[in-house]
Amino acid sequence: MPPDIEAVAEQVFAALADPTRRAILAALASGGPATATDLASRLPITRQAIAKHLTLLAEAGLVTAEPGERRRVRYRLRSAPMQVAQQFLAALARDWDGALGALRDHLDQSAG
Amino acid sequence: MGFPDRIERTVELAHPPAKVWAALTTAEGLGTWFGTAGAQIDLRPGGSAWMRWDEEAFTADMRVERVEEPAVFGYTWHIYGLPEEDPRRTYVEFTLEPSGAGTRLTVVESGFAQLPDDVYHKAFDGNTDGWAKELGELADYLDAA
Repeated sequence: MPPDIEAVAEQVFAALADPTRRAILAALASGGPATATDLASRLPITRQAIAKHLTLLAEAGLVTAEPGERRRVRYRLRSAPMQVAQQFLAALARDWDGALGALRDHLDQSAG
Repeated sequence: MGFPDRIERTVELAHPPAKVWAALTTAEGLGTWFGTAGAQIDLRPGGSAWMRWDEEAFTADMRVERVEEPAVFGYTWHIYGLPEEDPRRTYVEFTLEPSGAGTRLTVVESGFAQLPDDVYHKAFDGNTDGWAKELGELADYLDAA
């Protein structure tokens, strides 16, 4: 197993566990790249709190900082870590117990 | 946390391997107990197959990998929930062993923990930037017209 995958998934879930960070990520997903000021105008959170969370999210690789207009830093969602977390969820969501139960019922019901 | 790479289940079925094999490897079988709205299968290594679920309006495309009647059937499919263009797939293998008058069926699905090649790679950012880039190209195209 690659050594990093667990750390990547853990950072995604840690980020998503916090309601403010969830709101920031959701805003970037729905509205595209934004500055801390943009986000402060859309979310009921202070600009300072948003900036603090954005720094944290950037360090975790969940958003990337890029130069925006008037020297403001814009933040963009990075989808790669999210896709790692989705793999984890896919394993949890794979319902082999349900499928094998359905196979058993199917075999018991069909003649021969 | 423990990232599960592999899921394994074993069940005892009160039916002979030949009957279980048919349920696993025919369109009639797969489209009834697994998919709920039909299936198709080209039963040879490299052959393609699909199953459909109507209530979810969802189709799973599979590629047949191993066919050793009536003991081993394996296929790969897309990791559910990942974007359609993501190349990662999990491998599913059914093993059938005679057990008294019935069959011991084991299913192993593996590959959930594979790391995308580009998770830390610049190329991946190209992927996430895809929309912005395409919208930029659209703007260029409209400007030029």
